[in-house]
Amino acid sequence: MGFFLETLIGGLMSGMLYSLVALGFVLIFKASGVFNFAQGAMVLFAALAMARFAEWLPALTGLDNKVLANVLAFAGAMVVMVLLAWVIERLVLGKLVNQEAVTLLMATLGITYFLDGFGQTLFGNDIYKIDIGMPKDPMFLFENIFQGGILVSKEDLYAAAIAAALVTALSVFFQYTTTGRALRAVADDHQAAQSIGIPLSRVWVIVWSVAGFVALVAGMIWGSKLGVQFSLSVLALKALPVVILGGLTSVPGAIIGGLILGMGEKLSEVFIGPMVGGGIEIWFGYVVVLLVLLVRPQGLFGEKIIDRV
Amino acid sequence: MLYRENGQFKTSYRADQQIFPILQDRIAIALVLVLAFVVVPFVASEYLMRAILIPFLILSLAAIGLNILVGYCGQISLGTGAFMAVGAYAAYNFQVRIDGMPLIASLLLGGVCATVVGVVFGIPSLRIKGLYLAVATLAAQFFVDWAFLRISWLTNDSSSGSVSAAGLQVLGLQIQSPASKYLFCLVFVTVFALLAKNLVRGAIGREWMAMRDMDVAAAVIGIRPVYAKLTAFAVSSFIVGVAGALWGFVHLSTWEPAAFNLNRSFDLLFMVIIGGLGSIMGSFFGAAFIVVLPIVLDNMPYWFGIPIDTALAAHLTSMIFGALIVFFLVVEPHGLARLWSIGKEKLRLWPFPH
Repeated sequence: MGFFLETLIGGLMSGMLYSLVALGFVLIFKASGVFNFAQGAMVLFAALAMARFAEWLPALTGLDNKVLANVLAFAGAMVVMVLLAWVIERLVLGKLVNQEAVTLLMATLGITYFLDGFGQTLFGNDIYKIDIGMPKDPMFLFENIFQGGILVSKEDLYAAAIAAALVTALSVFFQYTTTGRALRAVADDHQAAQSIGIPLSRVWVIVWSVAGFVALVAGMIWGSKLGVQFSLSVLALKALPVVILGGLTSVPGAIIGGLILGMGEKLSEVFIGPMVGGGIEIWFGYVVVLLVLLVRPQGLFGEKIIDRV
Repeated sequence: MLYRENGQFKTSYRADQQIFPILQDRIAIALVLVLAFVVVPFVASEYLMRAILIPFLILSLAAIGLNILVGYCGQISLGTGAFMAVGAYAAYNFQVRIDGMPLIASLLLGGVCATVVGVVFGIPSLRIKGLYLAVATLAAQFFVDWAFLRISWLTNDSSSGSVSAAGLQVLGLQIQSPASKYLFCLVFVTVFALLAKNLVRGAIGREWMAMRDMDVAAAVIGIRPVYAKLTAFAVSSFIVGVAGALWGFVHLSTWEPAAFNLNRSFDLLFMVIIGGLGSIMGSFFGAAFIVVLPIVLDNMPYWFGIPIDTALAAHLTSMIFGALIVFFLVVEPHGLARLWSIGKEKLRLWPFPH
């Protein structure tokens, strides 16, 4: 029982991190109808930028305060992500308005290749560390209930807390600010939003910046956990089933989908995996999603798809 | 001046319905075929055949298959690599387990197995549409990758799914030299391209296109969605499966599941989109572009004599590749096939455009 709970909690924690990446997908899809395959590449790019800035800043300016260096690096990386959002809107999305979904999808795949190459050319291709002072030591819970207690990594707990805070902040931003209202209007109906004077191009830059911000936070957490390396880019593939499971248009769906899949993945790997030769983590999420979609084609929390001729 | 259809009157239905109604097109195609079958095998160097022509032919075949699904029937698929893998491994199993199995028969049977898998993974398309379907087809990709890596029966108990096919022969003819391999692929591609072209011109092709343009409306006018979508999946995965078998047997000869990974699927989708959705001709353009581009980019530094670090070169290649893809999509979202047809329109009026 203790082991089961331990696996479960481990799964929930990694699920939270998938949600973070999935959130970026959902934000962009809601606001611009673009299925942004480049989200994973953006996570890598942001994490690389932050890791390298945190390294370069003290070396260049002789700054000694680690917290300050991290904060500045974070801000610097954020500026880079906003610039990136602007460039993408200018050079790619703005020119591809009204194209088919698959063309847009392929364009973001092109952006993925570009960012993977660009990031590693600019910032180098080693494994870098982001050290934001998260505790690495594990802790034990419920020692009086189970023998030996349940092992939980403190780092995971902090990460989950950050993710939760981010989600709350984003919901508040979307619900209570003027910009958030504009974003929701654009998400509902591009043309109607444009006709009442909401500038589409600016909204897209904002949305891609917000997605860049989410990518930066995700990159920071994953980076401090696993090191900043190319494999971060592949995270997008882990987050895809999450997005689809929760529904492409639902922010809470991304979170809950992430938790379900994170949990399911770990449990299945530990309890079913040995029966079929292991390594089923890679496709488990996708098959679950396939089955769910057969029952609910719009995902668990997506808006109902209505077909009209 | 040379390219114009004035005076070419069609006096029978047969003449009206032929694939190339314009005489000049027929001559051009005949010339291309003669060039490809007779001249190229003697002229092309071994490197050119091995590194460019054979991959180009096989990937064009796969792109034609994918184009039927994505371009004609409108079902986005990210699992093409998986269907190629099924074709390759199934053909391998037929070849190894059955004594005296003719090569062509096992390649085609590989295609049949890919068809079965394709239809199974196509069933969700009846409920799931658009991007949801695209992600659902990724399930096929990851599942098949895993299956060939872990289920040793499928790969005849070879370690880590690495298998090899040697001593290819058809009707007693050895297929060893690059030229014979090239011709072997060329025959397949020609036959399948002709078949595909005729399929998409026929009743079933029209059903697919109606499904693509608006499936609800198509269903209302009496096109069965189940039949139309599943036949598209079946035909597409058959062609893709045969292409996969060729890729394994003829091009790689020793391969493992990684040869058919997600990047292969992406590359094929790039070919279809850059070449032009819903165009058989476009599949060839797209395949040529995607096959040649990385080779050109890789060799660029050597041609200019710039010494460059291999890792950096790889990053730069990926960067330029991505940028070019985006550039092409922005400049001509309808693909190279559209540019081709614009060129032909212009040529008809040349040199006296209104």
